[in-house]
Amino acid sequence: MNILVCLKQILDPEIPARDFRVVAAKREAERGSASLVTNIFCENALETALQFRERAGGTKITVLSYGQPSAEDSLRKALAMKADAAALVVNDGNTNPDPLTVARVLAAANAKLGTFDLIMVGREAGDWGAGQTGGLLAEMLELPCVSFVDSIESVGGKLHLKRQTDTGWETLAAEPPVVVTVTNDEHNVPRIPKVRDVMMSYRQPLTQWTLDELGINADEARAGNTYYDVAELAIPQKETRCEFVSGDTLDEKVEAFARRIIEVTGAM
Amino acid sequence: MNDVCICLFAAPNFDKSAQGLAGAGRRLAAELDGQLLAVIVGAGADALAAEVARIADTVTLADQAELAEYQPETCLNALAQLCGERSPRAVLLANDTYSQEIAPRLAYRLGGSAVGDGVEVRVEGEALRVVRQVYGGKAQAVIELKRTPAVVWLRARSFAPAAERAESGEITRAALDIQADTRTRIVERKREAGGEARLEEARVIVSGGRGIGGPEPFESELKPLAELLGAQMAASRAACDAGWVPPTWQVGQTGKKVTPELYLGIAITGASQHMAGISEAKVIAAINTDPDAPIFKHSRFGIVEDYRKVVPLLREKLAALQR
Ligand SMILES: Cc1cc2nc3c(=O)[nH]c(=O)nc-3n(C[C@H](O)[C@H](O)[C@H](O)COP(=O)(O)OP(=O)(O)OC[C@H]3O[C@@H](n4cnc5c(N)ncnc54)[C@H](O)[C@@H]3O)c2cc1C
Ligand SMILES: Nc1ncnc2c1ncn2[C@@H]1O[C@H](COP(=O)(O)O)[C@@H](O)[C@H]1O
Repeated sequence: MNILVCLKQILDPEIPARDFRVVAAKREAERGSASLVTNIFCENALETALQFRERAGGTKITVLSYGQPSAEDSLRKALAMKADAAALVVNDGNTNPDPLTVARVLAAANAKLGTFDLIMVGREAGDWGAGQTGGLLAEMLELPCVSFVDSIESVGGKLHLKRQTDTGWETLAAEPPVVVTVTNDEHNVPRIPKVRDVMMSYRQPLTQWTLDELGINADEARAGNTYYDVAELAIPQKETRCEFVSGDTLDEKVEAFARRIIEVTGAM
Repeated sequence: MNDVCICLFAAPNFDKSAQGLAGAGRRLAAELDGQLLAVIVGAGADALAAEVARIADTVTLADQAELAEYQPETCLNALAQLCGERSPRAVLLANDTYSQEIAPRLAYRLGGSAVGDGVEVRVEGEALRVVRQVYGGKAQAVIELKRTPAVVWLRARSFAPAAERAESGEITRAALDIQADTRTRIVERKREAGGEARLEEARVIVSGGRGIGGPEPFESELKPLAELLGAQMAASRAACDAGWVPPTWQVGQTGKKVTPELYLGIAITGASQHMAGISEAKVIAAINTDPDAPIFKHSRFGIVEDYRKVVPLLREKLAALQR
């Protein structure tokens, strides 16, 4: 099996809201002191792929990113987690390209890298949260797509994809090649690479391409906004004043808390 | 070309999500001066179709054998045909699993643009703009769609329903020339126990986070509290990822978007991604040992204490007050 996992590097999504600012005029987030990290769902995807390889054997995992030169760090970390090969397409254009542009770039890089039985992306990126790259990529490659997958088994030449739904789970039998989008569950929490493997990863080869080398319309990719555009970006101001229940004893405080609850539920 | 098409997957009833979707569609169609067309894919949706017809100008049921139950590729083929024939200006879907899975691909096949998780859809001049949360709920963006149709999946439950019209729209059955695409096939469906009562429809929610400390207190402490309040139970991603409770309980940006009258968050920090799922809750209340926990910034009332001390006592007090 040949697996491709697409990784996006993003601004650390876990920075507290009070430290988050936007540059409204540029319609982008301020970098501030936040670090750059791999989107968590991409790491869930990679972890799912690594576990599949451990069980099924004979599997090669390639990781691919489209991004700033710094995205190399995400790819190196993936190599340290024991992906087999890595490729970066350097984005020297719009830093927030629309999902169609991203999918076009990834589809072109995918074709240059070889043929894959399984293409994995995260369910959504933790910054802009579009949740579209997987589906659009599948359309461009004319492949089926299954979303919200959390584990993958090989069963008699088919892949059994377990996925989460609103009310429970489904298992899909899929004939590869197929695109999946991956979500988190308790079993695909990404592993932490060993320090030694992190150091080693910087000696491993890493393929780099420019947009011009991909054989796509590079100018359109640099513009990155034929599908949609961000017209406005702002931080909504809404804070509620919290009444901390008072009382001299725990008993009194909990009593007050209970009364507040009844006020709400009693009025329903 | 000014019409709005809403796409629904067969369901037995006209729930809050379907009502919100129909409401959003009706208002957008009025703004565009077009018709509201509804498409329902899947079997067993006659009651739903009758309800939707009170709001839409036309309803098309696509319930032939190949479409009886949801299969991603076959359903997508059907929707692409149905929407394609109607050349709408906009296609609206809800934010359930299947809609989210299909929407970007549907946009691609129709030559349009998609955007998801919308909380508002606006017509500005010739353009369609959609308001959505980004950066894990820390910011809000207005996205302008560049291609037609605009395919938008919405937080449907956050949209007001539309008034019923005097005359019902016409209901027709589609006969599509379609073959089952067997490259992928759903071979097993499992419902999470309790998954019948939908978290999204709950009026009171008792939710636990990592600070709960394990699966047992969810059972021994939170569940009896929820039962007292007639509440449904939910959790933060951290509690779900730890395997303490099923992933269907997760509330937030990538979990359920809920709209209760009361959301009681216990031992949950209130990270923006979690709050993104409860921005439509009427009252949020929290129990947390940390007075600086962000959840208090969104709470109407709160208590700074160890939940292990609060919850047993709270059950006693509530039981006494309810008597
Ligand atoms: C892309 C992305 C998407 C995400 N989507 C979601 C999502 O949909 N939903 C979601 O929930 N999260 C989501 N997250 C994760 C989110 O950022 C937080 O990491 C998560 O919500 C934290 O969960 P928590 O508050 O339970 O845990 P913690 O942050 O560990 O907080 C535990 C809290 O419990 C309190 N506590 C501890 N012990 C006690 C006690 N005995 N009594 C009372 N209080 C106590 C602590 O003070 C603390 O506030 C997402 C993250 C990313 C990056
Ligand atoms: N620039 C990118 N490079 C590589 N993969 C990406 C990129 N953008 C998005 N993806 C993939 O698509 C998934 C969903 O992203 P999105 O559709 O932007 O929410 C991510 O988790 C990645 O797996």
